[in-house]
Amino acid sequence: MSSREVIKRAKYKISVKDPGTPGVLKMNENKLLFRPSDPTSATKLDVEFRHIKGHKHTKEGSNKPPWLNLPHDQGGSYIFEFESFSDLHICREFVGNALAKSGEAAKAASVAKVSPATKVASEGSAVTHLDEQLSTTEMELRMKLLRENSELQKLHKQFVIGGVLTESEFWATRKKLLDGDNYRKLKQRVGFKNSMILDTKPMTDGRTNKVTFSLTPEIKYQIFVLKPAVHQAFLNFVPSKMTEKDFWSKYFRAEYLHSTKNAVAAAAEAAEDEELAMFLKDDDILAREARQKIRRVDPTLDMEADQGDDYTHLPDHGIFRDGSKDISESQQEHYKRTLSQDLNRQGAVVLEGRAVDVDLEDPRIVAQALVRSRPETNENASQERLERISRMTEIEDLQAPHDHPFAPLCIKDPREYFDAQQANALRSLDDTRAGTEQMKCNLTNEEVYGSLRKSISEIKTRGLNDPIVKPEVALMVFNGLTQNISSNKYQLGKNPQESILDRLPNTTKEELLHHWMSIQELLRHFWSSYPITTTYLNTKVTRLKDAMSQIYRQLEDIKASMQSDFRHQVSLLVRPMHQALDAAFQHYDADLQKRSARTGETPNGYS
Amino acid sequence: MKFQIEDVTVYFPYDHIYPEQYAYMVELKRALDAKGHCLLEMPTGTGKTIALLSLITSYTLSKPNSPLKLIYCTRTVHEMEKTLAELKLLHEYQLQHLGPQARILALGLSSRKNLCVNPLVLAAENRDSVDAACRKLTASWVRAMAAENPEVPTCEFFEQYERAGSGAVLPPGVYTLQDLRAFGIEKGWCPYFLARHMVQFANVVVYSYQYLLDPKVAGIISKEMQKESVVVFDEAHNIDNVCIEALSVSVRRQTLEGARRNLNKMRQEIDRFKATDAGRLRAEYNRLVESLAQRGNLPIGDAWLANPALPDDILREAVPGNIRKAEHFLHVLRRLVQYLEGRLETENVEKESPVGFVASIITHAGIDQKALKFCYDRLHSLMLTLEITDTDEFLHIQTICDFATLVGTYARGFSIIIEPFDERMPHIPDPVLQLSCHDASLAIKPVFERFQSVVITSGTLSPIDLYPRLLNFNPVVSRSFTMSLTRDCICPMVLTRGSDQLPVSTKFDMRSDLGVVRNYGRLLLEMVSVVPDGVVCFFVSYSYMDGIVNSWNETGILKDIMQHKLVFIETQDVVETTLALDNYRKACDCGRGAVFFSVARGKVAEGIDFDRHYGRLVIMFGVPFQYTLSKILLARLEYLRDTFQIKEGDFLTFDALRQAAQCVGRVIRSKADYGMMIFADKRYSRHDKRSKLPGWILSHLRDAHLNLSTDMALHIAREFLRKMAQPYDKAGGNGRRTLLSQEDLEKLGDRIIDEMLH
Repeated sequence: MSSREVIKRAKYKISVKDPGTPGVLKMNENKLLFRPSDPTSATKLDVEFRHIKGHKHTKEGSNKPPWLNLPHDQGGSYIFEFESFSDLHICREFVGNALAKSGEAAKAASVAKVSPATKVASEGSAVTHLDEQLSTTEMELRMKLLRENSELQKLHKQFVIGGVLTESEFWATRKKLLDGDNYRKLKQRVGFKNSMILDTKPMTDGRTNKVTFSLTPEIKYQIFVLKPAVHQAFLNFVPSKMTEKDFWSKYFRAEYLHSTKNAVAAAAEAAEDEELAMFLKDDDILAREARQKIRRVDPTLDMEADQGDDYTHLPDHGIFRDGSKDISESQQEHYKRTLSQDLNRQGAVVLEGRAVDVDLEDPRIVAQALVRSRPETNENASQERLERISRMTEIEDLQAPHDHPFAPLCIKDPREYFDAQQANALRSLDDTRAGTEQMKCNLTNEEVYGSLRKSISEIKTRGLNDPIVKPEVALMVFNGLTQNISSNKYQLGKNPQESILDRLPNTTKEELLHHWMSIQELLRHFWSSYPITTTYLNTKVTRLKDAMSQIYRQLEDIKASMQSDFRHQVSLLVRPMHQALDAAFQHYDADLQKRSARTGETPNGYS
Repeated sequence: MKFQIEDVTVYFPYDHIYPEQYAYMVELKRALDAKGHCLLEMPTGTGKTIALLSLITSYTLSKPNSPLKLIYCTRTVHEMEKTLAELKLLHEYQLQHLGPQARILALGLSSRKNLCVNPLVLAAENRDSVDAACRKLTASWVRAMAAENPEVPTCEFFEQYERAGSGAVLPPGVYTLQDLRAFGIEKGWCPYFLARHMVQFANVVVYSYQYLLDPKVAGIISKEMQKESVVVFDEAHNIDNVCIEALSVSVRRQTLEGARRNLNKMRQEIDRFKATDAGRLRAEYNRLVESLAQRGNLPIGDAWLANPALPDDILREAVPGNIRKAEHFLHVLRRLVQYLEGRLETENVEKESPVGFVASIITHAGIDQKALKFCYDRLHSLMLTLEITDTDEFLHIQTICDFATLVGTYARGFSIIIEPFDERMPHIPDPVLQLSCHDASLAIKPVFERFQSVVITSGTLSPIDLYPRLLNFNPVVSRSFTMSLTRDCICPMVLTRGSDQLPVSTKFDMRSDLGVVRNYGRLLLEMVSVVPDGVVCFFVSYSYMDGIVNSWNETGILKDIMQHKLVFIETQDVVETTLALDNYRKACDCGRGAVFFSVARGKVAEGIDFDRHYGRLVIMFGVPFQYTLSKILLARLEYLRDTFQIKEGDFLTFDALRQAAQCVGRVIRSKADYGMMIFADKRYSRHDKRSKLPGWILSHLRDAHLNLSTDMALHIAREFLRKMAQPYDKAGGNGRRTLLSQEDLEKLGDRIIDEMLH
């Protein structure tokens, strides 16, 4: 949900004919409020959405102003007139959502009673928690996810139906999946199209001399970005001096003059029409920008600097007309813009990317948004220039590669790296053991707060130079893995399709993979339950531990049942899983001991 | 790494070295030992610059008793920056290993436009107005006036620099232009004059060719360089053209109109001085009677461009009597301008030798040769006397005097060509009178004579025996090196046909053929869809590029190309082109990918690198021949044939192919880099054309790649890119060592050199 509340300026109208009362429309999930700007006016509104039956609105492009019409269950309707269509769209969407929700809430209340989540909760013996009430949509989403992902379904079946985890626990670690909708909405931003606006070819009807240009908002936007002068002119002239339509027809008149490549005619027309001249002249804004940019250009390609050193091309020095030089057509340079310039400008703009992220419908809005987005010049550019030049100077292969404090990473299959987690597990185990020992259990609020502050400040001073995984440990694991992988590679040859797993019998492979998934799931829950502060967590951990030891045994069985030629490979695969589980068990035991040792004192965490 | 080449310990800032770099250094050292000139061709992307810098600096370090100065000439300012950046790297390394004794002073020198830090002066638009704006604040008479009247503006940076006197020095170090400016701002000293001053003491000076080759500039900047210097011309494949341009002048209608205005202005000034300060004009006259045209030591702020003739050809005697008086001189100039105006009114192309031209000036304008010869010096003196600071306004009359002086000085190697219009645009009358130098050896001769060693080096000097003839010198070492490649990281191809099997070419009769235009377009379109990151295209001329891009636009091919990559184009406007290049690089950096359209012989082809992802493919559309109907070119060819026995056709092909090679050579920066080159013209498949390409390209041009059509080229490109994307052994496997460490060098010794020579 992006916004829980919408506030917009609008006019409230009792009927279509009513001129309307200006004021502010405020909506939240449950109701809408209207407050007139004139506090003495009596037209206030406070309506809950469940009284609203639907919504209608005027179409953009029609002659009607942006109206939103909300019929209510008393037979009448509320009409709001907004300042712009974008406002209208926002409100319309919000109303739509709110209506959908109020409708659902009523239905969901009855469905939730039979939802599987509650069923599981009643079956799970130790769970005293009340499961949250789920709406139908969420329920459906979960089912859909399970349907789509067979691995997930298997896990769900094994643990949730098997009673190891509750429904909510299971989904709590998968919030991302549940947020699916928002997740999908974050789509890639569209860049600036690399197509020339010159491509807007006119349509002729063949009989008359009239030509028609069809302009889309996108093209208008492109024109504004590519031609700051036109943009500026638009801001200055529309609508104060001419209408938008006149503006564009003038613009295309100018474009047409360009395309005829008749500089003389262009100059003549420009002399008569001041506004037209503006389109035909060189773009001063661009020229200014160019002067600014040239200062920041990489000195290794700054050809402008060469000009300063070039004494043979003083006017009239050197040879003026030999075969190697080109002829430049001078004269009316002013009214001559070339395709090359357009192409270069196009490229530059595409590189800058799309600057504004507004609705392209209204050119005025676009034009104004563009003004705001004109980039500021940054000053540390010269430093960057120098760095770039020194980087470019070195001849790369004559130099030993720069000594980087990391090894090149190459992940082909994430599974190959799973026991990198091992180091994490071991370490956190050490930490908790060391840390909890001096911990007193009898704490007041002040003490807790104090210790929290202390540890924060400790992290501030020390934490950054103490990585989660010690470099040596990481390197060791890394080397181990690399060795393992390369020895496998050596045995298997270079076929990338084939790995150890693929050579195992299919059932074993499936089983191993499934166990790996289950272990991961269980471990995730296991480690996230520490430190144990409530009985609920305590029981959960116990449950998890039991489930894990079960899998542990199953793994042993697989290993034992393997034929001799695969046994080594399988044990290699199983070992990291065992290690991870061992670490968990070890931690569990250590923690249990500690807690039982403390039982004499008054426990403050849970009772 | 550190190693011995005979008696020199070379400090090289990398851990490894390419064998060809080592061989290059050995040859260079021999040339230095022999105190002679040398000519070295080594492919681009083999680290020429660093090899050169590290040998020469190490050579100086190992012989502390006879310090060598290094004068490193680049063609462009950005190459200057790159060279200085490499030198910085090297210097840091040497300091680290040798300590303070390795300290050197190295700096780049450019014009005021690139070095000035005074915001008032910098506000001016072009180089000449910056120069003039500077002069307005720093000329000796302006400062004298300011001393009396504090209202007169001066340049604070220059004043502080002058006040610091001999204390104003640069501490040792390597200074790029940026560093010089930063130093200037920090100290409050003018970086331009500081740099000009420090050039005499620096161990390494990096500046533009013209500071050495153009007598106008060399006369003021490079006068006091010691003989014990090594002069390096990097990327020197076009050096003959620079030499020729340095001694050529062209006069157009605008020039003459401007010159008339200048003369009127000077007339007024003279009248004003006569009324107020007649003594000054008299003093000038007396000085001219007594001695040389130039006043001995000018204050540094007053110096102007020097005499356009070479130092040896300038007469050391008094200015002839008929132009000593200011009014008389103005009359002479007026007559000259009038005469030139008359000559421009021609209907036909005229070609004349300087001797004939001078004779006709005597008969028609009554100006003798000696007076012509002194025009430039006399003008210079007059402008100083009249205290003219807005020199940018007086460029026109300066051009006329340059012309007069050159015409009066040289009888051979030049011709005067008057054209009423450009042959390619006969409908636009634009008469021009050009004094064209044909002999490249003239301008470079003083350099060969003055300096102990001159090194001419480039990636493309093929055929290497032609350059000594063009420049008329005897190199002690003349070598061409191959490139030892770890893998075949360049892939040249000759594309002769489009997908429809029709030949493609930019030959005059074919270039506007729609089929050819379409086939070229399809080729590019197919390639941009396959090649990642940057693609560079070179066309034979601006007009051809404009034409073909326009027709691609009309037929929709351009639109399709833009679906794959951004398109950037070189234009005649430098600012626009620079920004386009910058954006092109950005597009390659961010992964969007881009195509750059450029022109062979254009500014981009001259000095911009398209290395690594900035250029995975270069397409050379057509053979970049010069415009063969150009009168100047014809005159030059005639001169070459008569004087050096170089055939016209040979020279034209040589010239076209060195340009093509130069264009495609810009894709490789190191051996870790890779790139493809497509020569898209059927004429490249002919042996006489192809064989003029440098050896390092030819050796990778397989027979199977000599006659390709678009679809075949596409297939090869796909294969090549896939191959290059694989990891490889950088040191070079199977017997060929392509990367040497210090131990390798000690072990192998001289065997490397034999391998590396062609």
